[in-house]
Amino acid sequence: MTEGHSSTIDPEEVARFERIAETWWDPKGPMKVLHRFNPVRLAYIRDGACRRFARDPRSARSLDGLSILDVGCGGGVLSEPLARLGGNVTGLDPAPTNIAVARLHAEQAGLAVAYRNETVEAVVAAGETFDIVLAMEVVEHVADVQAFVTACAAAVKPGGFLAMATLNRTAKSFAFAIVGAEYVLGWLPKGTHEWERFVTPDELRAALDQSGFAVSDETGVVYNPLNGTWSLSGDMAVNYMLTAARG
Amino acid sequence: MSQTAERATQSPRIVIAGGGLGGLSLALALKQSLGDDLSVDMCDPGLNRDPHGDTRAFAIAPAARRMLEALGVWQVVAGRAQPILDMIITDSRLNDPVRPVFLTFDESVGDGEALAHMVTAGDLTAALVTACEEAGVGLKAVGVDGFSVTSAHVDVQIAGGDVLPASLLVAADGGRSRLREQAGIGWISWPYRQSGIVATIVHERDHEGRAIEHFLPSGPFAILPLKPEIGEDGAAIHRSSIVWSERTENVAGLLASDSADLLAELERRFGLQLGRIAFETAPHAYPLSFGIARSFVSDRLALLGDAAHVIHPIAGQGLNLGLHDAAALAEAVVDGMRLGLDPGSAEILDAYESARRTDTTTMGFVTDGLNRLFSNDILPVRLARDLGLGLVDRLPALKRFFIREAAGLTGREPPRLLKGEAL
Repeated sequence: MTEGHSSTIDPEEVARFERIAETWWDPKGPMKVLHRFNPVRLAYIRDGACRRFARDPRSARSLDGLSILDVGCGGGVLSEPLARLGGNVTGLDPAPTNIAVARLHAEQAGLAVAYRNETVEAVVAAGETFDIVLAMEVVEHVADVQAFVTACAAAVKPGGFLAMATLNRTAKSFAFAIVGAEYVLGWLPKGTHEWERFVTPDELRAALDQSGFAVSDETGVVYNPLNGTWSLSGDMAVNYMLTAARG
Repeated sequence: MSQTAERATQSPRIVIAGGGLGGLSLALALKQSLGDDLSVDMCDPGLNRDPHGDTRAFAIAPAARRMLEALGVWQVVAGRAQPILDMIITDSRLNDPVRPVFLTFDESVGDGEALAHMVTAGDLTAALVTACEEAGVGLKAVGVDGFSVTSAHVDVQIAGGDVLPASLLVAADGGRSRLREQAGIGWISWPYRQSGIVATIVHERDHEGRAIEHFLPSGPFAILPLKPEIGEDGAAIHRSSIVWSERTENVAGLLASDSADLLAELERRFGLQLGRIAFETAPHAYPLSFGIARSFVSDRLALLGDAAHVIHPIAGQGLNLGLHDAAALAEAVVDGMRLGLDPGSAEILDAYESARRTDTTTMGFVTDGLNRLFSNDILPVRLARDLGLGLVDRLPALKRFFIREAAGLTGREPPRLLKGEAL
């Protein structure tokens, strides 16, 4: 779309990031399961936002003008669709490579997303708040769940909401983790998910409660390996999502 | 940064190459559903021709009709559409004095629904073009020369040298699609050694909405009822469309013969039940073949209609398949864009491919098999099918298949448009 990229990035770096970007963005590559998971979590976030902010989910710009913080944005697989829906998206990731990959991809796609190599704690310290704060597939990676949830909650603007997706710590998810089934481990390199760090819905609710937030909606998400699609389910034993707002 | 922000506010664009009925239906469905959030450009050099000259007649099955109703165009052509109320199929040889009826479709597919409606391509094209103009589709009377794909978009080269950057290119450019070839998508095909002769016939008596198909050894011969026209004397002119499949080696001779001989040959097939007959339009012949693309999609490209599949006209399903493609692709794009997905992304294209490939392949092989079963005069095969080994056992299942396909009920959950629902 444009010849040459931002002048602060040197071409060799760009080439390297493009190779990594391919692994993030190839829908049949290592992140295959994440790409397949994307529609169900996007629909969940969109529908939650449309209910809260009285938007029309049938519009292709249903999130127009809403400020969105995507905590742990990785290569931008979630941030970009939210920006296309009209959201003013800020993506945070602790890995500088992810941020570089995400910036490059968004620029090539002609999308404006503010990617920052920062923590949510730093954002809160700066006093920034957002209509929607997302921590999708992140809480299972953090060292201190309570501190992380508190920071995410503090980044939510009055009237806004927090959405989280993660993995439950159950016998079923342990079995899947041990087998290494792709729908538990497939979206991140092997070893990034450690079953002991998975968070139960009760633990997450308690952490939200400590932050003055109450769960407004929760759902399980199940994978159908026969057709490779994810769908919402009452079964929260492995993957689940929830939204929460100031209680 | 300001440049990025500016580009982000532009709507994505889809370019559809080929302004046939499938491509126009897709353009209209997309634009009606997404409005200003999606630019839709339709490129076809034929767009500056008056569509009313196209007298080819098509049988629109109920599912496709429901989609056209949901799009608001069926209402425009309904008055000129002839419902097929009854269908008779015979297995016969040319000189058989009586053609045994072995299959009737007089029961309807649903609540008094017609089996199908006959409309002309011209009427339907005109209604779709008008609706596309009103909806804001960019109609461009130019061809597409080629395209080049990058990770983020596809550059569509249009005749005259202009380039349209787009998110998705839809190749609706027919059975010999150049865009399919350029994309390197394989094409599995075989000829039928038959040609289809199509013409409009005027006849003395009312067809009463009945379609007739004779399975003759040289190929199926179909008589499809058209809406009567009113003559200068105020009397109804009864008309039907014929689809006359004939061995290709006979066709040139037939069409070159003087009109009395050709009419005599037609009468041998058409029969006398509708009285005296004459050609209203000159007969046209085209070679019949089977073809299916190895994939219906590639990077930022989707094949639609005949560009994806060409089937035998034995069951009159070619156009219906193309309209089903349009319904499925429109739904995949609209649902995906409502999730913020790039309209040319693999997620959307995969959804389209998986929605259409099985149905299309099934229909392709069923019609191929039917044609092979009937288009011969080999005694054991005739005996077998007439005694029921080939026929009576198969027909209930086949009949169910066509009725269900006509109703849009085969395969997985049908696209919403085929159920008459808006997207």
